[in-house]
Amino acid sequence: MERGTLTVKVGHAEMLKGGVIMDVINADQARIAEDAGACAVMALERVPSDIRAQGGVARMTDPQIIRDIMDAVTIPVMAKCRIGHFVEAQILQELGVDYVDESEVLTPADDRYHIDKRKFTVPFVCGARDLGEALRRIAEGAAMIRTKGEAGSGNIVEATRHVRTVLGSIRRLHGLGDEELVAEAKELGAPFELVREVAKAGKLPVVNFAAGGVATPADAALMMQLGSEGVFVGSGVFKSEDPEARARAIVRAVTFFQDPEVLLEVSRGLGEPMRGIDLATLRPEEVLSTRGW
Amino acid sequence: MRIGVLALQGAFREHIDQLARLSVDAVEVRLPKHLAGVDALVIPGGESTTIRKLMTDYKLIGPIGSAIKGGLPVLGTCAGMIVCAKRVDGEEVPGIGGLDVELRRNAFGRQVDSFEADVDVPILGTQPFHGVFIRAPVVESVQPEVKILAQLKDGRIVAVRQGAVVGIAFHPELTDDDRFHRYFLKLVKEAHPVTSAAW
Repeated sequence: MERGTLTVKVGHAEMLKGGVIMDVINADQARIAEDAGACAVMALERVPSDIRAQGGVARMTDPQIIRDIMDAVTIPVMAKCRIGHFVEAQILQELGVDYVDESEVLTPADDRYHIDKRKFTVPFVCGARDLGEALRRIAEGAAMIRTKGEAGSGNIVEATRHVRTVLGSIRRLHGLGDEELVAEAKELGAPFELVREVAKAGKLPVVNFAAGGVATPADAALMMQLGSEGVFVGSGVFKSEDPEARARAIVRAVTFFQDPEVLLEVSRGLGEPMRGIDLATLRPEEVLSTRGW
Repeated sequence: MRIGVLALQGAFREHIDQLARLSVDAVEVRLPKHLAGVDALVIPGGESTTIRKLMTDYKLIGPIGSAIKGGLPVLGTCAGMIVCAKRVDGEEVPGIGGLDVELRRNAFGRQVDSFEADVDVPILGTQPFHGVFIRAPVVESVQPEVKILAQLKDGRIVAVRQGAVVGIAFHPELTDDDRFHRYFLKLVKEAHPVTSAAW
């Protein structure tokens, strides 16, 4: 009997596919997410839009808050640690969370290295803006990738850019010869073996979700139609006027992402979405997606 | 032969791919109308709470439940087995039915307790089946009409069959071993003795 293998780590993400993972800050929100049909929740102290508004250093959530959320629901519970903060990750593994997100939404703890995720039994999800970044995270042991988007912005444009960039690069690699892939690997800053694997399979070797800016059912279905395998919704649910209705609608939009009839029906009468930010107004240091490398 | 794969959430693609490798026509089922002309149904792994809620909302419970009563063969893996079970975590659950068993979800613990292990499955031959168990359920007790197909070394039940409904706690669709799928296709043929001559 073997625990913590790559197969069970990646396999867990396979089971989340076609689903929505929602940020929640307490047990009540976690139950709302579960009732709406979320396939997992991300346990947080503050959602990204509040982290953005309040500033300061954003760290791992108090384990007691995460524990309360774990006790409230039966669906998987994920939690975030800071980039490079392997001790926060050790604590989260000890707590028994189902997935650790080494996340740019928190303030990085190491400006050079990400966590060596292969050492852990708990699986990790990591953010990426492009294929090179995704493959570097996979080389470090990430069992799931989420394109970053711009967390807490309520603006889908960066999420769209990152999904298109990652999946477009994969399509371009498909069919290249090994000698060309060596040059591509150098360009991407990613290990040749992984680049070759991706070129051959025409997809990442792990599950790929979209994140960062999803605020409406249409946003979620857009990510799915562009080729994501599922969606993270951060501030988009609980910073909207009617979280229950919006959470349900986004779950249904991900299942029926190719069915305009259902998309129309679930998009009606949801009340105000979260407010959202024009990304051109952000100062460079306020951009979260450029954290990590 | 046409096999429906419930595609509300989870690893339905892997089942479709495995069936395609066995040259079987598999179609995604999300709404009751997609059940038309389907000779059997696969319910994949995923999040059972999510799958159950979407099945209820999109009115799939009734039609699938009555099709099972009418003999529709079903293969449920992990979450798929959970939604077929009549009793889950000590409670009677209204659902599609199919498996008269008492089942416990997340019976081994959380994701850090997920594991791989070789499982003896006598109906598939002497070669053990490599089981991938992810936040897996176990069957705690079965009614007399349920056949036990596989148990772990400690005796815990991880695969069962009742009539043409097969439930597996692990994920054959995540491996290259297609013996469980071939076994299921045999049951599908037996369930359609007249039409299967043409398959």
